[in-house]
Amino acid sequence: MTEFLSDVDALAAEVPSGALLALPPEYSFVPMALVRAIVRRAVKDLHILTVPINGLAADMLIGAGCVRKVECAAVTLGEAGLAPRFCKAVENGSVEILDSTCPAIHTGLQASEKGVPFMPLGGIIGSDILENRDDWKVVDDPLGEGNGPIVLIPALAPDVAIIHSPLADRDGNVWIGRRRELATIAHAAKKLLVTVERIQDESLLKDEASAAAALPGFYVTHLAEAPAGAKPMGLVEHYPADAAAISEYARMARSDEGFRDYLDRYVYDEGNAARGAAE
Amino acid sequence: MSYSREEFLITTIARLLETPDVRHVAVGAASPIPGAAALLARHVNGGRPRVALIHGKETNPFTDGGREIFDAAGQGRIDVFFLGGVQIDGQANINLVGTGDYPTVDKRFSGSFGSAYMYFTVPKVILFRPEHTRRVFVPKVDFISAPGVSEPNVHRPGGPKYLVTELCVMSFDAKRQRFRLESVSPGVTVEEVLDNTGCDFDKPENVPETPAPEEDRLALLRSTVGAQVADTYPGFARDVLGVAA
Repeated sequence: MTEFLSDVDALAAEVPSGALLALPPEYSFVPMALVRAIVRRAVKDLHILTVPINGLAADMLIGAGCVRKVECAAVTLGEAGLAPRFCKAVENGSVEILDSTCPAIHTGLQASEKGVPFMPLGGIIGSDILENRDDWKVVDDPLGEGNGPIVLIPALAPDVAIIHSPLADRDGNVWIGRRRELATIAHAAKKLLVTVERIQDESLLKDEASAAAALPGFYVTHLAEAPAGAKPMGLVEHYPADAAAISEYARMARSDEGFRDYLDRYVYDEGNAARGAAE
Repeated sequence: MSYSREEFLITTIARLLETPDVRHVAVGAASPIPGAAALLARHVNGGRPRVALIHGKETNPFTDGGREIFDAAGQGRIDVFFLGGVQIDGQANINLVGTGDYPTVDKRFSGSFGSAYMYFTVPKVILFRPEHTRRVFVPKVDFISAPGVSEPNVHRPGGPKYLVTELCVMSFDAKRQRFRLESVSPGVTVEEVLDNTGCDFDKPENVPETPAPEEDRLALLRSTVGAQVADTYPGFARDVLGVAA
């Protein structure tokens, strides 16, 4: 059963320190209001997994000291440039970095979806990504068909995954549209925290068109309404990414002091963060 | 007709997409110049190649999540993809991670994205890096996000075919493991390319000049094709092509 919670702060209490936390891609449904709530709770020692890349959410969690390890194919603010807190933390060694590549992250999650311990993936051989991944193994084609060496990616099972969505129903079914990587994340994760713009009474499974776009509620452990919960990132057909707000973050997060000011203004101050964004 | 640096790069890349082997071009994140080149090539060739812009809406054909582009590439359904590099070396190794000793590099960049897979699976990877300096083109990259060449026993239908920079176009020969200078941008000399390249490459005796943008293509970029570009890259279309979304 999906547990319906009151708000993002109640959801954030479900993220324990030390968890492997999966974050959706920056072009998808990013639960920024929930990320800010996690920062406010001062969760520590997270191992964040970007699926397969992320930007603002990962950078903010890293800057706020919530993260011990970053596993990513990339962390970037896109048109706003490099992710300043991520880059700095990797350069000074204050977070451990596990560099990956996009399909390896998808593949690790797919292994968890299927309940198998690993899955093979082409490419990668000869890269320094592989050189630095003691957890990945290269084997010769085990079927003896002469296909050469291939990389085995261990299953990735996030302790917690967090996503945002435009819509859910009272059974905890969540609309994800064609953002099917959110389904992959959900299938692989042990706990899934979802924020939504709104909850409707009618079941998403009643109509075949909305059912095809739905993530079934049995994957959704906790859910709360968070209107405008992706802002300043965009939510398709609801609101575009706020390029000015993301640029402001990029500018402020360049320095330690500027980043602290950003947190004070937009994260710790509830009025400006969760409630203000809801207006 | 005068043209911008970006318009020159767009028309240069578009010419590389107008060969019979190119049926499907995919363009990754934040790549408006390759994206515009693909849309231009599609328009002037009557709908071929197919173009997939992963950040587009109607121009993004993928409906099965982030993995679909990689699965499609693994099956050979994508013929062209674009990659760049903070550093690129003479064996076409690319570095998207950072400079200095890994992991606590001197200067960290975003990360390798899908390069370590797409470089192996897409038959015609075009390296696109406008900045052509010795900072970028180094003797040996500090970190190999994706290797330019592989041992013969490694399954690798894909790899680098061309490099496009502000100064020149080069081809890459996987057998020789070397770049070859194909043409230099208008007003650029071979010496300038040599001076700004920190790795070795082949130089034919006579190096032609990369053609300037064709007038009809410039006109298309600033109108019909520009409007298509604006659907996915509104800021770029407005600032560079003068086309409103």
